[in-house]
Amino acid sequence: MTGPLEAAHDAERPGARRYPARVKIVVCVKHVPDIQAERRFTPEGRVDRGRGDGTVNEVDENALEAAARIAEAAGEGEVEVVVLTMGPPVALDAVRRGLQLGADRGVHVSDEALAASDVFATARVLAAAVRRIGEVDLVLLGMAALDSLTSLLPAALAEELELPALTIASRLEVANGTARVSRELDELVEVLEAPLPALVSVTDGINSPRLANFKAIMAARSKPVETWSLADLGIDPATVGLAGARTRVLEARELEPREQEVFDTDDDGEAGTRLAEFLVSRGLA
Amino acid sequence: MSGRTVLALLDRTAVEAGGLSPTARELLEVARGLAGGLDGPLELAWTGELPEAVRLALGGLGVVRVRHLAEEPSSSAELASALEAHVRAERPAVLLATTSFASRELAGRLGVRLGAGVLVDALHLELDRGRVVAERSSFAASWGSRCEVLAEPAIVTVKPHATVGGAPAPASVVGPEGPEIVPLAPGEPDARVRVVERTRRETSGRPDLATAATVVAGGRGFEGDFSLLEELADELGAAVGATRVAVDEGWVGHELQVGQTGVTINPVLYIGAGISGAIHHVGGMRAARTVVAINTEPDAPLMEIADYAIVGDLFEVLPRLTARLRELRGSRT
Repeated sequence: MTGPLEAAHDAERPGARRYPARVKIVVCVKHVPDIQAERRFTPEGRVDRGRGDGTVNEVDENALEAAARIAEAAGEGEVEVVVLTMGPPVALDAVRRGLQLGADRGVHVSDEALAASDVFATARVLAAAVRRIGEVDLVLLGMAALDSLTSLLPAALAEELELPALTIASRLEVANGTARVSRELDELVEVLEAPLPALVSVTDGINSPRLANFKAIMAARSKPVETWSLADLGIDPATVGLAGARTRVLEARELEPREQEVFDTDDDGEAGTRLAEFLVSRGLA
Repeated sequence: MSGRTVLALLDRTAVEAGGLSPTARELLEVARGLAGGLDGPLELAWTGELPEAVRLALGGLGVVRVRHLAEEPSSSAELASALEAHVRAERPAVLLATTSFASRELAGRLGVRLGAGVLVDALHLELDRGRVVAERSSFAASWGSRCEVLAEPAIVTVKPHATVGGAPAPASVVGPEGPEIVPLAPGEPDARVRVVERTRRETSGRPDLATAATVVAGGRGFEGDFSLLEELADELGAAVGATRVAVDEGWVGHELQVGQTGVTINPVLYIGAGISGAIHHVGGMRAARTVVAINTEPDAPLMEIADYAIVGDLFEVLPRLTARLRELRGSRT
């Protein structure tokens, strides 16, 4: 059987590697505090993840959706999607969410020594997990985690895995053993292509994630989830978490909300005029 | 002095009207402050064409040496490889770049390659016992934090309008001949990634959204026609931004999206019209110094966080605003 992902008998690319019919996609997701809820730091300066109002990072749902669409387009049994997360026990919710959105199985890397890991420790751990999953063709992830918003992980993970990185994709096609993305970056519009295996980070504009229906939620319950420790991955606990962090939060404080200065109801049609005068008087215009 | 160098990163897009852009000058000012505190030289890594007039001007901005990569790297992997070799050989203590998608990607790569400590989106930088300390904001600018870089080198991406504290800036140390140029060896490109198409977008002629001092933004309330907003932008010399709804509707391109998955901005003045203020958008603009909101709905979230809120119809308010600004400012010039 020739799946659409197969690098098959492509006369134009005689050197292309013939791809196995079964393509493996790993989607990395992060469990983050719900952006609609009150978010805070702990007194130790870490993101407070223990408040029970966490959720899967929104853009990661776009990555899950992208994987699900590739799998559906390829047909039954052609593509295996593994959802991978690293985080405390509560982060298992993010894996479950991935299973509801179409992933076939889940991997949860959890270890007490991982608390307060920086992005580079995270990249090392996720890379080790991807290697342990094995024979991965495509690593997908969201372009940013909406709690920290650093956007450092995709490039760092690509470095760890020595994979070509196609980042900030607003379009993704996978065919003939190749990933092709479109992206809009500052003043550039690009179409980039790389042979699999590759890493792709996606924007929230790439698709509209499906809603998990009852059937999908029920089906997710019987999908396998493995929990791996640092020992399973052969990583020294002293090199991750707080002990291995290359940056440290010295202080975190909630900022005072600003006092509103002007509240103007435009009853007379002159509110625009008044605003202009305000801006000029303040030297803002 | 060796090992205490501050290396600022700029490329040819930092050239504006034959000189250095305000954002590039801001970056160099921050870099110069840190170099002063470290008692080390300020160097600049520059990629792409470097106009002679710009090179000469760099001396007055405290730059003693330019590491020049004449050929523009085609990817972050290629630039990372060039800088990795340079940092291993020359051991600068700090690398600084203006925050952008590209600089974060570069920082992520160099962090892995060099074991560097990386902080992004610094609003303020200072030195504490020789270590770089950055102030950042988090959770839609509702929290502020101070972070310290423990590993060396420190790689920091700096927000526009960032400040530097504590350290005295060194006086200009090069003469009128300007800083010396030392070629930077090109990096290894990632041959696996092929550029199928690359087009430079038509520029609007307006300031860059990420770095503009003034941003006017529009949302659903515009019902598809941003022309009133564009007129206001041009009167103010402002950049135009938009909400995700406006982008999804196809009214403007994704490059104008302000928010947590678009551009995060911290302008001096932000004016948002017809924007309810979903957290996705607010997370990208709340660091603005002054926020003006114009909305028919008094309880919209953006109205609540605004310094100046107008309950009104943007199609009435904006033309008045632009017209009055024109009158007031016209009399000034």
